[in-house]
Amino acid sequence: MSGPNSSFDPVEVAALSEEEVSRAVDAATAAFAAAATLEELKQARIDHAGDRSALALANREIGALPPQARKDAGQRVGRARGQVNQALAARQEVLEAEHEERMLAEETVDVTLPTTRRPRGARHPITLQSELIADIFVAMGWEIAEGPVVEAEWLNFDALNLGPDHPARTMQDTFWTEPADRHVVLRTQTSPVQARTMLTRQPPIYVACPGRVFRTDEYDATHSPMFHQVEGLVVDEGISMAHLKGSLDHLAARLFGEGIDTRFRPSYFPFTEPSAEVDVRCFVCRGVGSDACRTCRGEGWIEWGGCGVVNPRVLTACGVDPERYSGFAFGMGIDRSFMFRHGLEDLRPLFEGDVRFSAAFGTEI
Amino acid sequence: MKTSKSWILDYVDVPEGTTTEDITAALTRTGLKLEAIESAGAEISGPLVVGRVLTMEPEPQKNGKTINWCTVDVGDANGSGDPQGIVCGAHNFAPGDLVVVVLPGGVLPGGFEISARKTYGHVSAGMICSARELGLGEDHDGIIVLPQDAGEPGQDARGVLGLDEEVIELEVNPDRAYGLSLRGIARDVALSVSGASNFRDPALREVPPADDQGHPVVVDDPTGCPVFVARTVSGFDPTAATPDFISARLTAAGMRPISLAVDVTNYVMLETGRPIHGYDADKVQGALRVRRARAGERLTTLDGTDRELSAEDLVVTDDSGLIGLGGVMGGETTEMSASTSRVLIEAAHWDAVSMFRTGKRHKISSEAGKRNERGVDPTICEAAADRVVELLTTYGGATADPGHTVVGTPPPMAAVTMGLDRPARVSGLPIDADTVLALLEADGCVVAREGDALTATPPPWRPDITDPHDLVEEVVRLVGYDEIPSVLPPAPGGRGLTRVQALRRRIGRTLAGAGWVEVVDFPFVGERDLDVLGIPAADPRRQVLRLSNPLSSQAPAMTTTLLPGLLRAAARNVGLGTTSVALFEAAPVVLPRGTEAAPILPVDRRPTDAEFDALLKALPDQPLHLGLVATGDAELPGWWGTGRGVDWSDAVDAVRAVADALGVQLTVAAAAEAPWHPGRCAELRVGEHLVGHAGELHPKVCDAVDLPRRSIAAEVDLDVLIEAAVHLRPAPSFSDYPAAKEDVALVVDERTPAAAVEAALREGAGPLLESVRLFDVYRGEQVGAGQVSLAFALRFRAPDRTLTDEETAGLREAAVVAATQRTGATQRS
Ligand SMILES: [Zn+2]
Repeated sequence: MSGPNSSFDPVEVAALSEEEVSRAVDAATAAFAAAATLEELKQARIDHAGDRSALALANREIGALPPQARKDAGQRVGRARGQVNQALAARQEVLEAEHEERMLAEETVDVTLPTTRRPRGARHPITLQSELIADIFVAMGWEIAEGPVVEAEWLNFDALNLGPDHPARTMQDTFWTEPADRHVVLRTQTSPVQARTMLTRQPPIYVACPGRVFRTDEYDATHSPMFHQVEGLVVDEGISMAHLKGSLDHLAARLFGEGIDTRFRPSYFPFTEPSAEVDVRCFVCRGVGSDACRTCRGEGWIEWGGCGVVNPRVLTACGVDPERYSGFAFGMGIDRSFMFRHGLEDLRPLFEGDVRFSAAFGTEI
Repeated sequence: MKTSKSWILDYVDVPEGTTTEDITAALTRTGLKLEAIESAGAEISGPLVVGRVLTMEPEPQKNGKTINWCTVDVGDANGSGDPQGIVCGAHNFAPGDLVVVVLPGGVLPGGFEISARKTYGHVSAGMICSARELGLGEDHDGIIVLPQDAGEPGQDARGVLGLDEEVIELEVNPDRAYGLSLRGIARDVALSVSGASNFRDPALREVPPADDQGHPVVVDDPTGCPVFVARTVSGFDPTAATPDFISARLTAAGMRPISLAVDVTNYVMLETGRPIHGYDADKVQGALRVRRARAGERLTTLDGTDRELSAEDLVVTDDSGLIGLGGVMGGETTEMSASTSRVLIEAAHWDAVSMFRTGKRHKISSEAGKRNERGVDPTICEAAADRVVELLTTYGGATADPGHTVVGTPPPMAAVTMGLDRPARVSGLPIDADTVLALLEADGCVVAREGDALTATPPPWRPDITDPHDLVEEVVRLVGYDEIPSVLPPAPGGRGLTRVQALRRRIGRTLAGAGWVEVVDFPFVGERDLDVLGIPAADPRRQVLRLSNPLSSQAPAMTTTLLPGLLRAAARNVGLGTTSVALFEAAPVVLPRGTEAAPILPVDRRPTDAEFDALLKALPDQPLHLGLVATGDAELPGWWGTGRGVDWSDAVDAVRAVADALGVQLTVAAAAEAPWHPGRCAELRVGEHLVGHAGELHPKVCDAVDLPRRSIAAEVDLDVLIEAAVHLRPAPSFSDYPAAKEDVALVVDERTPAAAVEAALREGAGPLLESVRLFDVYRGEQVGAGQVSLAFALRFRAPDRTLTDEETAGLREAAVVAATQRTGATQRS
């Protein structure tokens, strides 16, 4: 027998025995499995995989073994520690998953709770309707012209072939401003914008003019001292009533739906000659005119506005050569269009500022 | 214009089977638009039947009246077939007579509902009707007794009474004055209804030749009165009843039958379109004379109104002075009455413009005036007068006096020349020359072709046809507007929305996105509205443009501020239970300037640039304003917390949001402007330009407009903001080097604006300061009375390197030094 074995300590060697190591592994595995929480697992880790655990202590004794036994013991302990760490990791994963699941369950909220902390804003439906109409014209290559609501009498009437003694002047009940001899009115129509356009630029002119207009009508379900109109004006070479019809049919189809068109009836407007009233096909019954249709009241058609060929006298007053150019013009109520498009029977909600009304339309119509 | 259908068919034949709808559709297509088809008895509903009086027992009453307790056979119209017991106050009938009975459930004109009711000790189950009760006239006493062969008991009485007649109401435009007569309507029926024929012109009649034996007439103003025809009848019986057909037709036309003489003049006016005036000839003294009035002359017209006349009014005089406002309304002194036995008939043609002006000046709207001011056929005065003579002699026992005064001649119609291709060019329809000529002739024009053009002399009933385009309309309406093809004009290269239009939309979307709701209000304002806001007398917002004819004396001017309407709307919402509202309106306000009048320029040429400029300068400024008003909660209370009420800063922030959307930098300063709280009002500027104000409303204003205190408002000039909007924003460049953050708390006098401290910090820190944010404001013992601590987070970053701690500390120090120098700030330790 050789010398070095003389220092061999049988007790220490016992810790590295196969039985002891395997017992330590079993104890660790059992402790991990018994850990019900991450806290308990932490303690079990300290106990069975920490610096003071049985295997760690055993590992330190390897050096005490005779060289020929060290490799064997080292492998045995290393394997054991690997098993323990694996069991620990597996348990850790299970407990973490459980923990997360529990935590998320605890954080559950009632997603059906109300979420609106600020009342929603909205734009006025007439603004939206005006913009929708403007967009249709812009898409046709037209432009949007505007003018003031307090307007010169000459632009509101005379320039439009409505001389001071024209009976049609009494058809439009005009608000006059003081003093009367200043000849300033609240525009009764958006037509003065057309006159301004012709006075300030040369043809070709393709414009639509939406805006507020005023008449001295007492306020009730179907009348208002202020309402909104959109007018269109085209002045170019070779323009005819067929182009007028085409433009209005296009507007009707875009606004009320594919296949909705218009029809003309002879009428009278000083601004135009020939003149026509324009009806739009009912978009609900599509012109059938069933008695049940509330939108057109069984007529099949809805009165929409007025139109015609621009009177050459108007062209002359506005500096357009009537021999070279011809044009057409039309006008219709925006409020009225809105009312039958959306089934509103009384116009007053448009002007009374009840937020419930605007809010119902939001920011697009 | 309303007329019974049968009256139209007196003058034109339509094929068998032509319906009323066929006729009105054709009239509508050619320019006389259908308003409504009614039955003459539209105001009567429920059971109205023929009855035979079976028994009739007079029963004297305590009040001296005698009533008749009747039983009436109404067939089985009452459901039982038993005689109907009815109390009747009239006595002009006897058992066996056929009468008109309205049974319980019926409704008579005026909404008079019939039910079985106890009266004079009987249950009276219905009513025996008089003509007056059925709205058929005024001049019958007692009930209607029908001819014995009129019908069977129980039969509907409407047919018997002519109440089932269809009445057509047409809308007549100013250019179709002929449509205000049966003559004109029938002519259009002949022109437009398929298969219609044989138009019989009621104004085409043999009339006796003019002579000098009639009532003398002098016309001093032949321009104002080109034709004056006078006829006289004598021996007229003023008690003669108006024939049923005349009163029925007048009633259908919406005119009340009055007396035979008056009814006849109205009847002939409806028939021919020519207004007629009847004088009591015995009250007329000497010759009739037509002249312009002298300013200040007075006349009491038929309606009992004493009127002061203007030098432009046309008047008729006799030896006694003024006796009528020519063509508009007669005078009281020569009015026909219940004792008139001689009638002087005037059929005169008057200048339409004078008629319009006189009617407008004296606010007289009459059936005669309506026709005279639109233009009547000047050639039919004699025929119309003769027709009146015929009816007065036929139904009133009168005899025509010899003599037939005709003064003047109808003015000729001016011929209009037009290229033959014009109707086709204007309509877009292929209408050839022959069609154009044929249609204008059918329309009544006298047409001559001259090469590529035609000359048309319009018929005398079409004074509106003066221009080539008037002829075009006649041609196209007779071809039919339905024939016009639908062709889109070639698309021009449009420029889209203008920048201003696009920005206005952006502003609306920005505010709606921030929780504001747009409203639209009328732009009218009154003194009281401005008083409520506490706006001082010298404030420019008091300079309002007044309306001559406001709808309400409470709001007689154009508003200079959007706030009154917004405050009203907010209060209305609160009153309706929406206690948290945020409203905005974008609309022009009207700011008067100058006193120049807007000239009435010529229309036969373009105004010169100078003339047009003068016109535009006479108009008030009309800047686009944005108004905002909010009350209640900015953030609602809920499961998340207690919410937050609106405060002054929400108003300022809304305007800032708008400015940000436009890329505009606003500067904010304290201000004291009505209607805001003097300590919580911000003045907003873009550079030097004042944009408007925002903040908390004055508590007195809140109280006065019924809004909770702490409500907020803002009003800004959007034109100024939009003008300042940046056109092209340069792309930013960012440094990717780390930022250095430094906080600094500064104690300043509490009257020092935070904005001033911030500006000083920026100035002192220089370009390496990336951002500065005020994150805390503290008042309290630790900073001392009258002092405030402002805590700012500074963030520094260099474009080319990482700042060292020393550099950052130096920059921070420089910022603090600047704040100390500028605002007296001290660092809070
Ligand atoms: Zn319909």
